[in-house]
Amino acid sequence: MTLPAQKQKATDDLLGAYDAPTSASRWANEAREAALGRYQNMGAPTRRDEYWKYTNPAALTAGIATENPVAPTDVTAFDQVDSLKLVFVDGRFDVHRSDAIQGVQINQLADVLAADIHACKDLFGELEARGQKPVHRPLAALNTAMAKEGVVIHVKGQLDRPVEIQYLREDPTADILIHNVIKLDKDASLTLLESGAIGARFNIVSEIDVPDNASFHHIRLQGRETQRAGSNHIFARLGAESLFKSFTLAVNGTLTRNETIIELTGDNANAHVACAAAGDGDFHHDDTVFVTHDAVNCESRQVFKKVLRNGATSCFQGKILVKPDAQKTDGYQISQGLLLDDDSNFLAKPELEIYADDVACSHGSTCGGADETALFYLMSRGISRDQAQDMLVLAFLDEAIQEIADETLADAIRGQLQAWLR
Amino acid sequence: MLKITNLHASLEEEDKQILKGVNLEVPTGKVHAIMGPNGSGKSTLSYILSGKDGYEVTDGSASLDGVDLLELEPEERAAEGLFLAFQYPVEIPGVGNMTFLRTALNSQRKARGEEELNAADFLKLVREKAKALKIDADMLKRPVNVGFSGGEKKRNEILQMAMLEPKMCILDETDSGLDVDAMKLVAEGVNALRSPDRAFLVITHYQRLLDHIKPDVVHIMADGKIIKSGGPELALQVEDEGYADLLEGAA
Ligand SMILES: Nc1ncnc2c1ncn2[C@@H]1O[C@H](COP(=O)(O)OP(=O)(O)OP(=O)(O)O)[C@@H](O)[C@H]1O
Ligand SMILES: [Mg+2]
Repeated sequence: MTLPAQKQKATDDLLGAYDAPTSASRWANEAREAALGRYQNMGAPTRRDEYWKYTNPAALTAGIATENPVAPTDVTAFDQVDSLKLVFVDGRFDVHRSDAIQGVQINQLADVLAADIHACKDLFGELEARGQKPVHRPLAALNTAMAKEGVVIHVKGQLDRPVEIQYLREDPTADILIHNVIKLDKDASLTLLESGAIGARFNIVSEIDVPDNASFHHIRLQGRETQRAGSNHIFARLGAESLFKSFTLAVNGTLTRNETIIELTGDNANAHVACAAAGDGDFHHDDTVFVTHDAVNCESRQVFKKVLRNGATSCFQGKILVKPDAQKTDGYQISQGLLLDDDSNFLAKPELEIYADDVACSHGSTCGGADETALFYLMSRGISRDQAQDMLVLAFLDEAIQEIADETLADAIRGQLQAWLR
Repeated sequence: MLKITNLHASLEEEDKQILKGVNLEVPTGKVHAIMGPNGSGKSTLSYILSGKDGYEVTDGSASLDGVDLLELEPEERAAEGLFLAFQYPVEIPGVGNMTFLRTALNSQRKARGEEELNAADFLKLVREKAKALKIDADMLKRPVNVGFSGGEKKRNEILQMAMLEPKMCILDETDSGLDVDAMKLVAEGVNALRSPDRAFLVITHYQRLLDHIKPDVVHIMADGKIIKSGGPELALQVEDEGYADLLEGAA
């Protein structure tokens, strides 16, 4: 199969940006080769692809990452949280800055891929490959093929504290691939926190297996380093009675693509994905979500709220696919843009595709300016226009923050948002 | 205190004149009432005084203790001591009633160069005022006016007034939607605030409220103008006879 010339060029350029990983164990080599094949067949994304209409991937596929100055490391809401810290610096795992591993099995990706046997070996590249149908995610396949760094987390029971991955930056040119694999055993639970500026450009893939009765909570901070350019893919597979909850707080960033691909494969599973984003100026934030219901009586919720001003753009592409046997599906999706001026854009593409007959699915998308009546009411009580607007913005975003289950973490996120908006 | 002279105003969007020369003066320490048929411009007057967008003042003036109101932003008017209890209080999802009250109070204090109230003192104050109006703790925690009944919204307006202690209080149909007991509560709340250095302008359709809040002067507004002013007996006349005779007399 040949690709159109422009796509072929982007495919080759991007591949050329990364050194081939050294040979690992046989299974890992095979998984990487298969992924490389997938990438080369699909080709790098271009503006012409259906799911890249709203976002120009050029910066993500260029043969060399644009240099991007390193801002001082932000204080984050997670600093107050007692967590087990895993620290990457410029995309490389840093043992010395990371906490000692306790109560959970965590290995570096390279070590796992070099080993002949590992509990997570069936997952590497597997969930990513499953997530390539029906929509292509070529950046993720490239990541599986080329990433040398990442963590492999195997949770066998209840962890008493969250695991926090910090992606720190020092080098203004680092072009980063990180591939994480997270496996929970049945009944296990994990809260994963992610923060940091990551790199000049980044491509992170996380494959997450949440089997029967397991629960996974995820909170991600995408801070205000303005020139952030990168993509995230989360591929999650959910078993019966399991829970998956992912929340992202995003402030600024020239180009951020967050893809979340969830497959509900066991009955009564529950998946929530939420994002609160505030963009000012040169901001392009893309949330692309695909939830597949393939079991009975599952629930999924997508809550996306974006506040935009000074020409910021945000887009949301959210799909709920209900397979023929996924009866009693409860699917919900809301995406809302609050535009603080006429220069900003919110683009939404909600999609429902339903093949079962006994389901309740709803979706809604709205976009508008600040509520003038509410503004006047607040101002008539002595509150300035700016402060009144801030109150309405926080209230608007709070509907996404409320999706966080842990009240303490939700409050930390509220504090973080206020600090970032200040 | 409040002085309105020959105020003319029209809608910004369409060429429609609503206020056609309002003259009104409310001296400090007094309670004045405005009655008048639906659509005569009572709410519009209150909105223009408090600075709502969408209206254009084409002539005349309005001042509070000599300060030109029309030049100020709404929040500056509030800090000057103007307060409007809305005919239709606004619901604000996601903004807690407490946060709202505290932000409002401290914004005004700051604007006036006063010290901000700390959390403990604020809490004490709000509890005390809320209790008098039978507003329970749950209503204070909920988002501003969201899911409040009509009467609860009106009581919440009076709570804001009690907290902010404005010097010029405009009440736009605060009595509508109140049951008999709530009406008494609200009237008590208003009467508790009556003082020699505070004035009230009470817009209402019914004599009932004026039984509880005794006005010094009653004005009748029709078609964008004050057509008649008199003592409390004017309200009784409206109650008995309606507006027909008054309107004819003015024509
Ligand atoms: N934004 C607007 N757009 C169109 N018409 C308006 C607007 N605001 C006010 N009006 C009109 O102006 C007139 C006066 O309205 P206003 O609300 O001030 O009356 P009111 O005296 O308060 O009546 P009510 O007793 O029913 O409360 C009405 O005819 C109303 O329809
Ligand atoms: Mg009215």
